[in-house]
Amino acid sequence: MNFPVIKKSAYALVHTPDMLIHNGTTQSNERSNNPNSDYVKNLESSLRSYAEVVGYAPYQTYIGNMTPEDLASSTRPWYSNYNKSADSQGKFGEILSQDLFYALLQISDVFDLVKLEVNFANAIKEKLVKHDLLSKFSDKIKQGLEKAEIENYLSENAEGLYEKGELVGCVLDAHKSDPNLTSHYMLENLAVKASGVLALLHLIKDLDISEIGYVIECSEEAIGDQNQRGGGNVAKSIAEVVGLNNATGVDLRGFCAAPTHSLVNAASLVQSGIFKNVVILAGGAVAKLGMNGKDHVKKDMPILEDVLGTFAVLVSENDGINPIIRTDSVGIHTVGHGSSPQAVTTALVLDPLAKIGKKIPDINKFCAEMQIPEMTVPAGAGDVPTQNIKMIAALAVKSGQLERSAMPKFVEEHGYQGFAPTQGHIPSGVPIIGHGREHILAGNYENFMVIGKGSLFLGRMTNLFDGISIVIEKNPGLKQKEKKDFNREEIRIMIAQAMKKTAELLTSEQEV
Amino acid sequence: MDLEIQKRVKDFAEKEGKENLVVILGGAEAEAAGLAAETVLTGDPTFAGPLAGIALDLAVYHVVEPIIKDNCDAQVYDDQCGMMEMVLDVEAICDEMDAIRSSCAA
Amino acid sequence: MFTGKKAIVIGDRDGIPGPAIAEVIKTMGAEVIFASTECFV
Repeated sequence: MNFPVIKKSAYALVHTPDMLIHNGTTQSNERSNNPNSDYVKNLESSLRSYAEVVGYAPYQTYIGNMTPEDLASSTRPWYSNYNKSADSQGKFGEILSQDLFYALLQISDVFDLVKLEVNFANAIKEKLVKHDLLSKFSDKIKQGLEKAEIENYLSENAEGLYEKGELVGCVLDAHKSDPNLTSHYMLENLAVKASGVLALLHLIKDLDISEIGYVIECSEEAIGDQNQRGGGNVAKSIAEVVGLNNATGVDLRGFCAAPTHSLVNAASLVQSGIFKNVVILAGGAVAKLGMNGKDHVKKDMPILEDVLGTFAVLVSENDGINPIIRTDSVGIHTVGHGSSPQAVTTALVLDPLAKIGKKIPDINKFCAEMQIPEMTVPAGAGDVPTQNIKMIAALAVKSGQLERSAMPKFVEEHGYQGFAPTQGHIPSGVPIIGHGREHILAGNYENFMVIGKGSLFLGRMTNLFDGISIVIEKNPGLKQKEKKDFNREEIRIMIAQAMKKTAELLTSEQEV
Repeated sequence: MDLEIQKRVKDFAEKEGKENLVVILGGAEAEAAGLAAETVLTGDPTFAGPLAGIALDLAVYHVVEPIIKDNCDAQVYDDQCGMMEMVLDVEAICDEMDAIRSSCAA
Repeated sequence: MFTGKKAIVIGDRDGIPGPAIAEVIKTMGAEVIFASTECFV
């Protein structure tokens, strides 16, 4: 089969401490329920600086400056052992500061909803010019408003944009009475769009964008007005900002499983020949900023969920070089599978591997959910990536593919420590693609499995769980196939010539 | 514990009667399971939800505790929880549940 | 063991999910009146 390939990937983060305070649901709920709580009062002192965020080892791993192997050997806790000389720019992307993100919000806004204060606007325009990828958009920063005007908008239900506690701008309601176009939702939707733009800009560096035909956006936001909440389409709006003039796109939703669903869909579109190049991408979730913040503070930790996550992956026609997407290895969790972890893991790991004649230990790395354990353990969810690889190991034992005594070694060798922020879809499966692709190209391993899982019950439509998985594998090269095709063609010609000769012979015999 | 779930527990206790209820937990971590148990025994220890200051003193167990495992259908337990027994720190969870139940009873 | 009892199930997406617990508890004679699954990620 002519499998599609993972051509490139990009990963970026946006440090958003003030958005955490003002727009994260944990904080806004606490403010309305317990406005005088210690948590609300001490929020600002519980946050990390930009330097601490840039030097945080899991984030350095996410943007590609460290490998997951480097992360495993780095000193814990990671948040108090941050690297003071770390670079905000990485091999896969960058860690953007909040002020530049506010600029990117305005750049991404086509309905004049994002207003910036005049001094902030002037300063950010200067800073923007120095940014490698964003400088070309600096003329999109509009003339700023006086602070009094911004304050006036706030009294009319606008959402404030703050930098180090100072009001520097706002996002307006997009409609006077439509509950789905309020400033609150517009900020979330513009943030998912703008952060998606950032990842896409990193992805298309040095690429011919005219060949990209389709974009699938797989975040968790609903775009639309009161007559079509969730109508879409963030994908196309991001493609527009970046200038993918030959592309269209669609939003695909499925909670945290959506990125892997998107990968499977992108691979299908490329393998079928409908598109040569498909991008899957997602922006970050404002609502989830500081989601487990109360538990972090309770444990005397800084609030760690302080970034928006974003990624983009390019799926292309087989080039004989880049790792192939084994579309014959898709694992699906069906309606009938049930919700037990055993049933889910069997459906996503054991069954699809059997389809391609592989066993669990044949896969070098499994990547299910890559949440940073320092974020989830204090909240009581445990070390999610390690639990996932333990589940896979336990299933391998139960199915006779692994000795029970070999479980600890399997867990260490076939999994990674989590390095993605708890942004729902962002840590799900896809964080491995960047490092995994590099490791396969460098010959460090043969394959890895991307596993997406989603908590559908959060939407209150079903109690079902969801999941989908797929194997990425070293490209065996095109030569074998070309040679085979050539031989087949050669044989066809030989048969044709032989038949022609026979026909000629028969004809000449008849003539005699 | 999630505030909405606390509300549901409170409502069920009022409607069904405390003595008729049993709460079964599935938390991944011992400490979190313990907090949930405490919530339905002596009230929300974080004082954030509807069960703040309300001692329901409900019967509460974690699904991996021996009292559940030994008294349910073995095949169903193995299908639903067998694999997770190898993943979760069952001993720590059981110890925590015992500790919370005795400290709340004291 | 739980015959005649009404069970409230509070599962965890990263531990044992609600529906899986419900299956187990039903075999002990309990009537599951509420099953939820918490998610921290």
